[in-house]
Amino acid sequence: MKKESNLFRLRDPARAEQLARALLRLAPSKSVKIVHVCGTHEAAIAEYGLRSLLPEGVKVYEGPGCPVCVTSTVDINLAVMLALEEEVVLCTFGDMLRVPGTELTLEEARAQGADIRVVLSAADAVRIARESPEKEVVFFAVGFETTAPGTAAVLLETPPENFSVLCSHKLIPPALEALLSENTEVDGFLAPGHVSTIIGSDAYRDLVEQFRVPVVVGGFEPLDILYALALILRQLRAGRAAVENAYPRAVRPGGNIRAKELMERAFQVVDAAWRGIGVIPASGLGIRDELARFDARNRFGIEAEAGEEEPPGCRCPEVIMAKAVPTDCPLFGTACTPLSPVGPCMVGVEGACSIWYRYGERPRL
Amino acid sequence: MQRFIAEVLLPLFPTKSVGPLGLEALDDGAVLSLPEGHLVVTTDSHVVKPLVFPGGDIGKLAACGTLNDLAVMGARPLAVTLGLVVEEGFPIDELKRHLVSFSSVLEKFGVALVAGDTKVMGNGELDGLILSTAGVGIAEKFVPDAGLEPGDRIIVTGTVGDHGMAVLAAREGLPVEGGIESDVAPIWPLVEKALAMGGVKAMKDPTRGGLAAALNEMARKAGVGIFVREHEIPVRLEVKGIAELIGISPLALACEGRAVIGVSPDKAHAILEAIREDPLGHKARIIGEAVEEYPGKVILETEVGGRRYLEMPLGDPVPRIC
Repeated sequence: MKKESNLFRLRDPARAEQLARALLRLAPSKSVKIVHVCGTHEAAIAEYGLRSLLPEGVKVYEGPGCPVCVTSTVDINLAVMLALEEEVVLCTFGDMLRVPGTELTLEEARAQGADIRVVLSAADAVRIARESPEKEVVFFAVGFETTAPGTAAVLLETPPENFSVLCSHKLIPPALEALLSENTEVDGFLAPGHVSTIIGSDAYRDLVEQFRVPVVVGGFEPLDILYALALILRQLRAGRAAVENAYPRAVRPGGNIRAKELMERAFQVVDAAWRGIGVIPASGLGIRDELARFDARNRFGIEAEAGEEEPPGCRCPEVIMAKAVPTDCPLFGTACTPLSPVGPCMVGVEGACSIWYRYGERPRL
Repeated sequence: MQRFIAEVLLPLFPTKSVGPLGLEALDDGAVLSLPEGHLVVTTDSHVVKPLVFPGGDIGKLAACGTLNDLAVMGARPLAVTLGLVVEEGFPIDELKRHLVSFSSVLEKFGVALVAGDTKVMGNGELDGLILSTAGVGIAEKFVPDAGLEPGDRIIVTGTVGDHGMAVLAAREGLPVEGGIESDVAPIWPLVEKALAMGGVKAMKDPTRGGLAAALNEMARKAGVGIFVREHEIPVRLEVKGIAELIGISPLALACEGRAVIGVSPDKAHAILEAIREDPLGHKARIIGEAVEEYPGKVILETEVGGRRYLEMPLGDPVPRIC
């Protein structure tokens, strides 16, 4: 019994009830919109039914928190074009395969004969490059600050000459800023625990100063999330706006110095197109000039056009901008399901629509 | 083939008929003489990888699967048939071991193997062995999936997800301290004890898709909602831990020796006590009840007290397990 209580102590129902009562006490009379940007947060909120424990007026949205969902059609089209090249082996994460580009998904390109391999890390792609020296191995790198250090590490460890990276890494703080500029209804952010272990809680200070909005870093157990939400409500109630760390067992103010150094040495900050949002200045990572020979965009000298981002009726852009929840979309669960997804938020396993569908989440049950 | 049937297969099955013509006649069909009641028929094809897993093998699985389908219809098992599809080169001794497992489940209840067929397919055309069965049983009062009414209590007869996790762990070589055994077992004795109390209204065995699929089917077919409390659902700590580690829900993992039973509220505790007296039912729990709201949906009160729908699982988290 002791073992169990330790293992699952962050799911203790009595503590959850205490926190739910605290949230009720702290909730302001007007309605409040809190946004998080993390598929793992959304999955935990849905799996534990946390929305049903929140006070009536407190709404929690997943913003641009799914790296697969926000990868622009330009980058997907580029990946498809590269994959269809005779000598290219394209490596990427599993859930990129089904994201619609303008004409093809990577999965459809594979059906046309493209050599596309699912990998778990950039290092896997390097291994494939070493094993197939006669091929050009391209790693299609997506993800936020959590996956970018892994890509940086392989770029800096002198990968084989037949290896290159199609870099589509993105940064979280600029996305939060873009969201606040565009969606003025956001009252607070639940900041992502994983990203914050890398960038540190201090990374949100500028944002808080500029927009006067509470940012609280949260972990992923149900009590972590309820606690972080309570801290946000407490700040709102007191009229404060500060960065708070509700996940100190993993996140430090300065983050992971070594990982940040790796990113610094391998990447430069560039403007980046986000699906559903548009171009956000200084929100992406490009490969530094010194490493340009490993940049697939350079090596193959190809460009792709942006295409139509969403099919008619799909409300993914609003879901990504925290203006709608999945069940607001008429396609949700009818024309659009994880087995036959229409928009990117139903494709990516971290997408809000996919999570709501799988975990049976509703705005209020 | 004739020699295999005569020398290997037939001796393994002591009970071969329930009427004038059974397996030993090797005729084109069996002739059964049946007692009073509703005749219940079921059929299933059993594939599992690996063929031997902690707690059982494909033979035991096929026999239990067939008898349990009859049991959750409320039927006492009488006879089964067996279609055996074997890959060329499959070791006879291994085949015999699976058939002994199959036979020993039948013998426990005096169930006859009344007809059979054996086919051999080429090497690589299948993965070892497929056991295809039909089963017949007699129900005094049959129990449909669709019988739930609002207020009925939902009983689950033991821990869920053991079979799915045991097979998965064996297949993937997951290092599990202490091991996880499949729950594969014939549940007729337990079901019979429950039926004897009266008040059993709906019943399913939570095989493919696990408890989540069984509850969703029962809710949809009866047009009621089902409200269940996660903390009441018995799940072994090992199963829960590994499921979480690999990102699947124990509630969507198959069981092969459990039943989900909807019962009248006034009989619920008596039935629960009766079930708990059965060796397979010690951990039985009332996990929730049928409700008028949310017809066709299953509402889960999570372990921290939140609420969400428990959806029909998408696809198979672990294919080829039953």
